[in-house]
Amino acid sequence: MVDIRIPIGLMFSIIGVIITILGLFTVSDSDMYQKSLGINVNLIMGVVILLFGFIMLFFAFRKKKQK
Amino acid sequence: MRLELHWIDYLIMVIYFIFVLGIGWFLRKYMKNANAFLEAGRSMPAWVAGLAFISTNLGALEVMGMTGSGMKYGMLTTHFYWIGAIPAMIFLALFMMPFYYGSKARSVPEFLKLRYDEKTRGLNAILFAVMTILASGISMYALAILMENVLGWDFNFSLWISALIVLAYTYLGGLSSAIYNEVLQFFIIILGLLPLVFLSLKDVGGWFGLKEKLAPIATANNFAPDTFTTTWKYSTEAGSNPLGVEWFGILFGLGFVLSFGYWCTNFLIVQRAFAAESKSAARKVPLIGALPKMFIPFLIIVPGIISLALFNGHSPDFRAGFPMAGDKPIYDYTIIMLLKHYLPAGVLGLGITALLASFMSGMAGNVSAFNTVWTYDIYQSYIRPQTGNEEADGKHYLKVGRIATVAGILLSIASAYIASKFGNIMDFLQTIFSMINAPLFAVIFLGMFWKRTTGHAAFTGLLLGFLMALLHHGLTIPEGATTVFKGGWLASIHVYPVEMAQNFWTAIIAFTVSTVVTVGLTFLTEQKKSEDELRGLVYSLTPREADDSHLPWYERPAGLAILVGVICIVLTIMFW
Repeated sequence: MVDIRIPIGLMFSIIGVIITILGLFTVSDSDMYQKSLGINVNLIMGVVILLFGFIMLFFAFRKKKQK
Repeated sequence: MRLELHWIDYLIMVIYFIFVLGIGWFLRKYMKNANAFLEAGRSMPAWVAGLAFISTNLGALEVMGMTGSGMKYGMLTTHFYWIGAIPAMIFLALFMMPFYYGSKARSVPEFLKLRYDEKTRGLNAILFAVMTILASGISMYALAILMENVLGWDFNFSLWISALIVLAYTYLGGLSSAIYNEVLQFFIIILGLLPLVFLSLKDVGGWFGLKEKLAPIATANNFAPDTFTTTWKYSTEAGSNPLGVEWFGILFGLGFVLSFGYWCTNFLIVQRAFAAESKSAARKVPLIGALPKMFIPFLIIVPGIISLALFNGHSPDFRAGFPMAGDKPIYDYTIIMLLKHYLPAGVLGLGITALLASFMSGMAGNVSAFNTVWTYDIYQSYIRPQTGNEEADGKHYLKVGRIATVAGILLSIASAYIASKFGNIMDFLQTIFSMINAPLFAVIFLGMFWKRTTGHAAFTGLLLGFLMALLHHGLTIPEGATTVFKGGWLASIHVYPVEMAQNFWTAIIAFTVSTVVTVGLTFLTEQKKSEDELRGLVYSLTPREADDSHLPWYERPAGLAILVGVICIVLTIMFW
């Protein structure tokens, strides 16, 4: 069957990229981040999610290679 | 309490739904027979089944309810995790899973049939099927109301669209699709709610800042200053903690009867372990699930506790927007209010998607358990038995399983509409059905560890335990109850300080009656099953497990169980 890590990795990579880009475009938008105590949560979470997606894909493809 | 979503938020939601449906689409070609569709072909790796195991439990009513309880009861809410789940999960893994999985039973009712007899299975299968549909309907109703209030979507539209998505992926890919999506949902719930924890903690000045802010609130309510940030410290008397239950009720009612009843016998949960690829994988499933389970309180309960500080003085904004019922906040909205308060567009979309995901994982869990019990325990046993032609049977029951999936969803939608008209009656029915788990645990436990237990005794124990629980509910009321649905519909001979105490004692009584009746009648009736038939189902008649001492500790169920147990004890002591 399909390795579940592939769809998980793909989805979080895509969402991670979107949120990171949003974070980059709004770096100077202090109004938007007033809610989140002045922290650009989009940039931070975007990178975290992107990393998580990559890790999932990395393990999925490493296993494929072994086979 | 309306939330304004940005188009980016909707984009994230749409990407998630594309993946959810895509998983179902990719898995459809593997669904060649009933076995693949209803049991995932018993092929899931332990970690996949383990995360699905915990994700099914992490439904939206859990996320919303536990955050709300955090705001209401403080750190005491962790009792539902550290004492109210982990011991039962360890017990299930080490002592019950070998018999469940080894029996080759495809469902909990079928295990009852193998161990006891047809009538015990029938009783349990029918109650379970009805209960599952109701539970799924109530959760769909809650989702649609939430979408209406928070996002401004039409009630009917939200109800049908979410039902259609769940239907699509469970119809296409069966249990495998439900399990795969539960793993996806697990990660999106964690990542979606993670920023809340950090932001809210930073806002109140960390854990110590939070303690300081909660002290005056606790004293104002006549509790000790650190009541909301401790767990067992004020449990000697029911009145000295906001939960309103003393240590015995927590330990025996929640920690033993309710939690073992839920985790060890609820097919909705146990089914995920049945789908594991081997017996040792099946035993690891609850333990792998227990690892994240222990830390979920920090994700959903801690922000709830912080809401209490925000609500009482720290943030006037937060309080002003909070939906109220009279002078009390409506606790179920806590998580929404937190998302609204802290998250900007982008991560907000992820948070809302996480909440939607948790609704779907609960609904898909109910549907995939319902179609299995319907197909195997009702249709195959009473309507059309197997013919002996395995291939034709497999195809036939696959079709039945798929029809049951559609029917299950339609019935859930119907019960969601009933819930929207008669909310009280649905709550009442749910309370009643919650009474079937405690007697079920008594009967399965006795069946697994005492070979003498007979079918007549088990059936009577199950039925009487349930009826006595019902009687107890009819004779007692929680203080301040205004409707008969909360109890006391026969007479009122005892008043409990809080509803939770009443629930705990209902379960304790159901369990005790069921145990006493089953043991007593076993001595009076004859065992009809031979020792041969009971092999693999009863502890004393089953050969010991193959020696796994050559494996590293983390691949052995016992090693994992010790790890889980130690972490759980450390957490309990840290937050005593």
